[in-house]
Amino acid sequence: MPGKVLKASAAHPLAAVLLFSSLVGLSALTGWERQPRQYRTDPPVAVALNQLRLMPSGIGGAPPEIYFALDTPYETSAYDLSQGKRLYSWFGCASCHGDGRGGAGPSLLDGWWLYGPSVVAIAASIRDGRPRGMPAFSNRMTTDQVWQLAGYVKTIGAYSASLAAPSRNDDKHTRPAENRAPAAILFDEAPPVPVLSEQGPPS
Amino acid sequence: MDDGLDDAELERHLLQRWETPHGVWNALATVDHKIIARRYLVTAFVFLILGGLLAVAMRIQLAQPEARILDPDRYNQIFTMHGSTMMFLFAVPVMEAMAIYLVPLMVGTRNIAFPRLNAYSYWIILVGGLLLWISFALDAAPDVGWFAYVPLSGPEYGSGKRADIWAQMITFTELSALAVAVEIVVTVFKQRAPGMSLDRIPLLVWSMLVMAFIVIMAMPAIMFASSTLILDRLVETQFYNPAAGGDVLLWQHVFWFFGHPEVYIIFLPAAGMASTIVATFSRRTIFGYLPLVMAFIATGVLAFGLWVHHMFVVGLPRLGEGFFTASSMAIAVPAGIQIFCWLATLWLGRPVFATPLLFVIGFIVTFVIGGLTGVMVASVPFDTQVHDTYFVVAHFHYVLVGGAVFPLLGAIYYWFPKMTGRMMSERLGRWAFGLIFLGFNLTFFPMHILGLLGMPRRVYTYQPELPWAGLNLFISLSALLLVSGFVVFFIDVLRAWRSGEPAGPNPWKAGTLEWATSSPPPAYNFRRIPVVDACNPLWVHPDELAVTTGLRVDRRELIASSVVEALPQARESSPRDSIWPFWAAIATSIMLIGSIFTPWAVVWGSIPIAVTLIGWFWPKGTAEDTS
Amino acid sequence: MKSTSAFLLLALLVSGCSGAQSVLNAEGHAAIELRTLILGTILVCAAVWLVVTMALVSALVRRSDRDGGAVSERKAAAAVSGAVGATVLVITGLTIASFYTTRALSEAPTPELTIDVTAQQWWWQFNYVDQNSARAFVVANELHIPVGKAVRLRLKSSDVIHSFWVPSLAGKQDLIPGRENSLTLQAERPGIYRGQCAEFCGLQHSHMALFVIAEAQADYERWAERQRGAGAEPTEPEMVAGKALFMARQCAACHTIRGTRAAGATGPDLTHIGSRRTIAAGLLENTRGSLAAWIADPQTLKPGNNMPLVPLTSDELRQLAAYMENLQ
Repeated sequence: MPGKVLKASAAHPLAAVLLFSSLVGLSALTGWERQPRQYRTDPPVAVALNQLRLMPSGIGGAPPEIYFALDTPYETSAYDLSQGKRLYSWFGCASCHGDGRGGAGPSLLDGWWLYGPSVVAIAASIRDGRPRGMPAFSNRMTTDQVWQLAGYVKTIGAYSASLAAPSRNDDKHTRPAENRAPAAILFDEAPPVPVLSEQGPPS
Repeated sequence: MDDGLDDAELERHLLQRWETPHGVWNALATVDHKIIARRYLVTAFVFLILGGLLAVAMRIQLAQPEARILDPDRYNQIFTMHGSTMMFLFAVPVMEAMAIYLVPLMVGTRNIAFPRLNAYSYWIILVGGLLLWISFALDAAPDVGWFAYVPLSGPEYGSGKRADIWAQMITFTELSALAVAVEIVVTVFKQRAPGMSLDRIPLLVWSMLVMAFIVIMAMPAIMFASSTLILDRLVETQFYNPAAGGDVLLWQHVFWFFGHPEVYIIFLPAAGMASTIVATFSRRTIFGYLPLVMAFIATGVLAFGLWVHHMFVVGLPRLGEGFFTASSMAIAVPAGIQIFCWLATLWLGRPVFATPLLFVIGFIVTFVIGGLTGVMVASVPFDTQVHDTYFVVAHFHYVLVGGAVFPLLGAIYYWFPKMTGRMMSERLGRWAFGLIFLGFNLTFFPMHILGLLGMPRRVYTYQPELPWAGLNLFISLSALLLVSGFVVFFIDVLRAWRSGEPAGPNPWKAGTLEWATSSPPPAYNFRRIPVVDACNPLWVHPDELAVTTGLRVDRRELIASSVVEALPQARESSPRDSIWPFWAAIATSIMLIGSIFTPWAVVWGSIPIAVTLIGWFWPKGTAEDTS
Repeated sequence: MKSTSAFLLLALLVSGCSGAQSVLNAEGHAAIELRTLILGTILVCAAVWLVVTMALVSALVRRSDRDGGAVSERKAAAAVSGAVGATVLVITGLTIASFYTTRALSEAPTPELTIDVTAQQWWWQFNYVDQNSARAFVVANELHIPVGKAVRLRLKSSDVIHSFWVPSLAGKQDLIPGRENSLTLQAERPGIYRGQCAEFCGLQHSHMALFVIAEAQADYERWAERQRGAGAEPTEPEMVAGKALFMARQCAACHTIRGTRAAGATGPDLTHIGSRRTIAAGLLENTRGSLAAWIADPQTLKPGNNMPLVPLTSDELRQLAAYMENLQ
């Protein structure tokens, strides 16, 4: 009788081990190379990323093909978004845009994008500057930094919280963290009437 | 009632009540402590293998300077996973597993207290382990060290969900450890066989009892820590943010208030195992039963007074440093008492050099080194030079591998016959011991020297101009020896499990109650609950133990006894198998994993938990018998 | 026995290398005190281990059991009590030795020089403060101190927790955001002492080294005077082109070169980069070639650090490296 008990119950853990290790092993095989953090943008990739195509009005546009080939990292990878956040403070964006609510420069939180809500338009604004005071950063930041910052800026103005987001920083801060309440809840001012169809809030 | 039944008929009745029938559903629903403990053990050893493979990966990377086999990101994930896996998914669960298996048998009862909670705790830790390892496979494993110091793990510097996964894995293991600790305390206090007064409790049970109390005191600290870290990261609390009045050192205090007792959570059961093995193979009762029990308890108390010695270089006030130096040194005294009692037992007895005793001898030799280096790092000035260097890596591997894994392996050799009914091989056992002992010392002893030569911990590489390359290569090669020892051990386990020699009820001629029943024990453990009148009842009454009668056979029943004298007080019913703990664990897991991503998971996730708990505790309508 | 042979091995290793980052190669006031404590404690502990192991071996090989049971029980009880007493004595002795060392360390002379150390991911900034703010200056990863003088370091972190550790001079001390710690260094002999971050601080924790250069007072004064000055003006056309590039491209946004437009504050101060022994926090020896290699591809040499890969032609790299080397 004890022998029988042994056989019956010994089979369970063995089967469980097999199931368990095959589960881990399988996911290890499929996942080993999934979305590694990218620290080094290959120079040819950087060149390709720099090919922004804007609408003739300078508003809106399409990212280069390679952006999609890379799987839109600058909007979806938490690591790149955090890097973008550090760049926001390192490159003094706060001196004009404040904590995102604006100052000398326009607010980035009110959901209203003068040059459209697409990440390309934001990247172009950072890289080439805009009239009435926005300086060009092309000679201060590398291409991938411009993209990281653009991705971050787009996130802080988003209307819905995203899973991939930089969290609050450890400084004194005056508004909720980017991974929480979408900006619109706190900063919904009546938006200006758009002059061009591409302007305005994200659709 | 079992009074009038003869043995065969009684066994038939008991088996009908207690046995877990075949089938997947029944396997999920079982509450038999032996089946659950076996699952725990197998799971823990699988994690030991996985954690060991990570160590091998690290040694390959460190074998030469500026190697590019692993990039820094992967290396950081690997060393974090190694520490977390070994501490939370191997060391603590494996000790708990031994307790779950052995404590009910050693105190002579039929199942652990709260058996459904026991089933629940296993599913919880399994999900916690899977969470960590699947995140590793997806390249999203924590990369902040098993200590996860803020602000590196905080919201600003720990991007992504990596640190959250670490913190939530901690929550899973805490939950399971607390559940098991409560079961052990109640089993030891209320379910001992009649006559097993406090001074007749086997030493292993004492050590498990103290361990359970440490768990109950220490785990809430880490539960606070991991929860506040998640809150900081997810809902913008400011516990650890100095700019908003938080404090990064608060994390270290809370973490080590748990983290240091953790060492004794792992070590005390091992000390209990060593005591048992030394006594059995010296062929005499243990020398100094009372001092040993006192030493266990003293260790458990002192464990909470020395967490700050992990923080000697953060800039503490002088008085605090002095206090924690003295308390850290003082814990060497109970450790010394234990060592001396074991030596005296060996001296007085006639040692039989079976594999379990070999492992315990290896344990004494290495653990003394680990204890002495522990005395060294307890000194603040000494520690300012070796803190966070390979000296400390060597020290705690001597304590944890030498002090806990060696006795554990000895204990596996010792109790394997009880668990499976089959003997492991003496020959392979000697090989395994030799290879592991030699490989371990050759791997970890040189790390002391590396630390004094200035090599910091947690570096993914080092530069060729530094004088560390030779020793590192030597260590990496020695690690292969250590690995081969473990390979021999696992081969022996698998071989013995399938086709080992039949063991018989008491192959070692040991004296404690677990050897009074067949190997492996039947589902009901004991046909009739024995009556105890000595520390080693089987040595005093080698032929037949006195037994109790009067338990019902038409439902699961066991004896509840008084705390000190173990006088029988009541017949207590023991819960039947139930699938609800499994569903409750699934619901809890969904809530915990969801709350990595959104705080609303706590709100919505509590609904399925409530449903499963209602199912779990739904009254069955049978009257409780309270005689 | 193992411990003693290891001890000999240690002595061998130490005698072989000078200037190494080693606890046993003590050249500072604090480090010498600590080495005495460390070696003494190790000796005592090795002796204890030998005694315990011998007791274990004799217990195992003992075959006969001629004494009566009760007598040997009593003997064993006496032996165990004695051993516990001895343990208490040894532990007390070591604790007292530890306290005396702590007291000796706290009796260091009053510091003559104060330096603010700010650790960041993954390099060190040293700010030589001065009453007269014009005489203050900032350097990176290389700390010069006058030999024989006590120097007070104020330790701060600008991001995560780091730990300042130059084993040849003193024990380590953490740099913690939101707090300020301090550490006193006093080198007894001139030399170059390597140190390294000792608290895990992220991706490049392994490559966060620093050098402390202890030199005679006069040499130190000369060095400090030169560091106070502005960056050297380029003399050759290649360097002139390099300077123009530095100002026009991304470099100036993060780095400062005093005396020029470049005033970025996120990267190390490069005003006198050419005078340093190493670059990238001890990663590479400072030569024109390694400067060019570092600028060309910092992310391959030190993955994850904060210096971006700026696309440059090989001519531009040569010019930049020449300019950097000239910033003596």
